[in-house]
Amino acid sequence: MRVARVRRVRGRQRVKHWLPLTRLERPSVVRSTLSPQAGRGKKQWPGHCMGFWLGTARGGECVNYNWNWGIFWDQTPDATGTYFGSLMSGLQVTILLALCAWFIAFVMGSLIGIMRTLPARWAVFVGNAYIEMFRNIPLLVQLFIWFFVVPELLPGDLGIWIKQLRNGPFIAAMLGLGFYMSSRVAAQITAGINALPKGQRMAGTAIGLTTWQTYRYILLPLAYRIIFPPLTSEFLNTIKNTAPALTIGVLELTARARSMQEFSFQVFEAFSAAAAIYLVLSAVVTIGMRILEKRLAIPGFNEGK
Amino acid sequence: MFSNFDYDVIWRSLPYLFQQGMAFTLTLTAIATVFGLILGTLIAMMRLSSSAVLSGFAVSYVNLMRSLPLVLVIFLFYFLMPYVGQWIIRSDQPVQVGAYASTIVTFTLFEAAYFSEIMRAGIQSVPRGQVMAGYAIGLNYREVMRHVVLPQAFRNMLPVIFTQTIVLFQDTSLVYVLSITDFLGAASKVAQRDGRLTEMYLFAALVYFLICFTASFFVKRLQKRISIIR
Repeated sequence: MRVARVRRVRGRQRVKHWLPLTRLERPSVVRSTLSPQAGRGKKQWPGHCMGFWLGTARGGECVNYNWNWGIFWDQTPDATGTYFGSLMSGLQVTILLALCAWFIAFVMGSLIGIMRTLPARWAVFVGNAYIEMFRNIPLLVQLFIWFFVVPELLPGDLGIWIKQLRNGPFIAAMLGLGFYMSSRVAAQITAGINALPKGQRMAGTAIGLTTWQTYRYILLPLAYRIIFPPLTSEFLNTIKNTAPALTIGVLELTARARSMQEFSFQVFEAFSAAAAIYLVLSAVVTIGMRILEKRLAIPGFNEGK
Repeated sequence: MFSNFDYDVIWRSLPYLFQQGMAFTLTLTAIATVFGLILGTLIAMMRLSSSAVLSGFAVSYVNLMRSLPLVLVIFLFYFLMPYVGQWIIRSDQPVQVGAYASTIVTFTLFEAAYFSEIMRAGIQSVPRGQVMAGYAIGLNYREVMRHVVLPQAFRNMLPVIFTQTIVLFQDTSLVYVLSITDFLGAASKVAQRDGRLTEMYLFAALVYFLICFTASFFVKRLQKRISIIR
């Protein structure tokens, strides 16, 4: 009888979760979300308890959570495919968002970073102001500003057009994340250029190169190679920082894991899978960058190592 | 474009924003910094220990935490915590852990990984000779750490620790995903209630900017002072 009551309550909770997930609503009471799901465990994992994560509670008794690793092959409630497929589409969005944001971050970061090393006073000031502005406002606030505020502040029709874009959340996240990361990239690039011996710049001037040519042919090729490792970790940060984009409705990996948890109640399978994907992703990027770094290295030039 | 701004909504909600929102943001930052630093120091010592088990555990913990997005960790711990509680107090059903308590634990554990890397660099910045000298005059490991290494490590890393605290302060805004009333949460609740998104989010950005900018200004000054002494 007690079981029946619990199940009825859960039935009600479940209906609540069928609301669209674009805006995050308050997560429901933890206990009801986590109750063991009767009838869900078709392909149950042999040790269907927290045993292998937390150790068994006392003599063989388990914490009451039903593991069900087969859940990934179940259909999602919106019947567009399996939960695995849904996580994979989330991964795609994460990668795409990270790459687009990284493009902005790299271009803007390079411009601002170079500006801060120019002899002109105003350029240094503008560069510093840019960095301080984007670095001292939390990413989430910046995302909200790009998503909610910027379309309002644009003149009439342009704002309305932007609000009606289908990819609105993605574009806002791309801009927000891109400019946020650009301040960090800029700081790295300034550090890289300043790490070069002063003689490099002087030599460039001495052989008659213009400022632009000095940067293009002497300073930047060396500076980028020096800051390759920190840039790699900034790229990894960009990947991680795509997760807050779920708050403005970008369906990236964490958002997919969250909706999987809301529909299937398999909390730990959903989030462990997402965590594993993030780990694999960062491992792949790290290895790839190391290979790239080796290929780009100038033989005999060991600066920055 | 700023002509139809409603400054009054900001003025009206100030007590709510600061007494509830900012109070929680600052509490969370303070608790996570203090306990994260203590835990992080322990992890750093584990990582530098000669025991393969301890250092292996520390390395995998730090790498795991550092390669996961904070949002994911917030969600995971929020749902994990009731079961951990159940396991600890041996109760029959998952323990109710509020979102507030769960974020405090999450941030402490998450930041511990970052603080441990800072403290590791700090411990390694103390010359080996001092450790050997400590052993030579008959101190044991605890005493060497307590009286010789950690005070200097802490001192050398003070600017970096404060910088990390500023980052942490910004990261606390992510508790928004659990609908907690931190500063941003409060601002966004008022914004959605009154339909004044523009004003509230710009105001939130301004407040975060002023706090972080001032704080990082003082950190830079501290850095200069310390670097002169050294």
